[in-house]
Amino acid sequence: MGFPTNSTRAGTGEAVELRLPRNKVSPRAKAYWFVRALIGWIVLFAAELVWFLTGDDANAGLHVTGLVVTVVVAAAHLVIMPRWRFAVHRWEITPDAVYTRSGWIDQEWRIAPVSRIQTVDSERGVLQRLFGLSDLTVTTASSAGALKIHGLDVEVAQRAADELTGNAVASEGDAT
Amino acid sequence: MTTLPDVVAEETGTGEGWRRLSPRMLVVHPLNELLRAAPALLAVLVVGATSGRGPWWSVAGAGALVLMGILRWFTTTYRVTPRQVQVRKGLVRRRVLTVPTDRVRTVDVDAQALHRILGLAKVSIGTGRSDKSDEGIKLDALSKGAAERLRGELLHRRPVAVQAGENTEGNVPAPDPEVVLASLQPGWIKYGPFTLSGFVTVGIVAAFVFRLISESNVDPDRFGPFRVVFHHLSSVSIARAISEAIVTLVVVVVVASTVGYVLAFWNYRLTRHSGGTLHVSRGAISTRSTTIEERRLRGVEISEPLLLRAVKGARILAITTGLRVGRGAERGGTLLLPPAPRDEAERVARDVLTDPAAVSAGLVSHGPRARRRRYNRALGMCAILVGILFVLWATDVAGLDLALASLVLLPIGALLAADRYRSLGHAVSESPSGATLVGRHGSLVRRRVMLSRDGIIGWNVHQSFFQRRSGLATLIATTAAGHQHYEIVDVELAEALRVADQALPGLVTPFLVHPNV
Repeated sequence: MGFPTNSTRAGTGEAVELRLPRNKVSPRAKAYWFVRALIGWIVLFAAELVWFLTGDDANAGLHVTGLVVTVVVAAAHLVIMPRWRFAVHRWEITPDAVYTRSGWIDQEWRIAPVSRIQTVDSERGVLQRLFGLSDLTVTTASSAGALKIHGLDVEVAQRAADELTGNAVASEGDAT
Repeated sequence: MTTLPDVVAEETGTGEGWRRLSPRMLVVHPLNELLRAAPALLAVLVVGATSGRGPWWSVAGAGALVLMGILRWFTTTYRVTPRQVQVRKGLVRRRVLTVPTDRVRTVDVDAQALHRILGLAKVSIGTGRSDKSDEGIKLDALSKGAAERLRGELLHRRPVAVQAGENTEGNVPAPDPEVVLASLQPGWIKYGPFTLSGFVTVGIVAAFVFRLISESNVDPDRFGPFRVVFHHLSSVSIARAISEAIVTLVVVVVVASTVGYVLAFWNYRLTRHSGGTLHVSRGAISTRSTTIEERRLRGVEISEPLLLRAVKGARILAITTGLRVGRGAERGGTLLLPPAPRDEAERVARDVLTDPAAVSAGLVSHGPRARRRRYNRALGMCAILVGILFVLWATDVAGLDLALASLVLLPIGALLAADRYRSLGHAVSESPSGATLVGRHGSLVRRRVMLSRDGIIGWNVHQSFFQRRSGLATLIATTAAGHQHYEIVDVELAEALRVADQALPGLVTPFLVHPNV
């Protein structure tokens, strides 16, 4: 293929995988994701309904079809999404590293060394507060390296943040 | 108090070491706005702005901008103390920006044509704070001498002397011996046409002419040259008119690209200074010189746009904290080597990297599954486009010839996929002086990224739905330098993890499992 002679094919080494991060997020996150998505769907459904009721009757069939499709897609999304996300979202903090897996259709593992952590933010929206949840964001000097853990129990998030800020003593100057 | 008394003497300073930008900026702002508003002004003055108030609004806008520019001069002051650089600015909302001098990574001094005529230079001070959009400090502008001295003070400082207090040593650093790593060779100018930078120039000129026409409400048909061109084009066949237009465009772009290359890289020099800095200076009309602290250089990227690759040319971009990779021929000051012979690019890369072996390290290819993915993606895109055009033909929206013509996309897509696969490769190079992650990808622009171990902060492993199905992953090294993240695309998951473990030992190890053991 025009490569230097010392090139080898990939994948000839032993099989190795990433193990799952140890912790799941709070089970209440499923309810939170469900409610958040439900609100979005209700807004869309209401908009369609208003359009149907105020519009002319010529397209009534089309409107009804639209409403039915919306309800079916919404139901599927609401049933599948929270469970799937709950299964995928995982996190772990060791003395040396923060390790997360996130995503839904696409999945992403992120690993950042504790020694390069710059900030630890925990964040709570209005809706999250109702569910006693909190998001934790860990940033490093790279703008592409932020680790986000969604849907943690408030106390767990607080403990994790304390642990990380205690460990991260900015050992290497400014950690860039 | 200040460590730069002679600069204070030169600029009109105020108490406690606060100084102003060069007073010559009071001339620059009006002149700049005058130039920008030139089409509108021409329309008003020459043509007399027969109808509409548009041009007058443009002139009023320019006046307001001039006023703001002048206000900015009066409200902006800066000072340099042994520990920090501070800038005060803002009329209503006063802000003080403070950067500790030991956080200064790069100093970029550039001068546009007008600045240059007036002996001015703009200074941009880059820090490692890359997660914020308004990073660093910009001083627009100082006198040229003041700018150079500021650069010397910030980057060639002697830490001990600075900490010892004020004015213990000579303030202007002794002229340090420099080593020239590369300088512009006349032969390189032949790469100019292959950069296609002329397209931008042509676009700018076209936009200027278009604006002039629309603001002055002149019917282009009444202009001599336009009329001749239109007349000629409408008298010949369509095929001939199109081919003539293309030839003209190519000639103009080639000429503009070559001129652009010469203007941008005239006097190009890459030098290494004893203070541990790399210095890039270049430019004929506008000059630019960038100083990079060498211990902040995290790697380099050898990039080969397709046309340049065809004539065995390449350019080098620096991957360093404090300098974001910008757009255009200048790449935001990160350009270490303008388009030059590939051999020269490799030599320079070896010179500046801590691990020179990385430049010629053999790459591991990504295997048949990655190749299939390249074809699926390239051909899939083309097939969708072709499909849409055939549907449009079937529904009588578009003609059959358009749909048939689009079939040519398929072989082009296949070629692109083949070349994109050929580009894919990665390696971890280890030598006594350091380890480097090497990744190569891309066809239209092929990039070989060499990122040193200390530049890598952590890893993201990304798998899209389709990648998961074929056991592939994209390994992303996060870094505080350059683009902030560098990717190794479509590598088998196990290989990605092996690479991550080798490039940055220890970090991923606790999270690996061997399912077969």
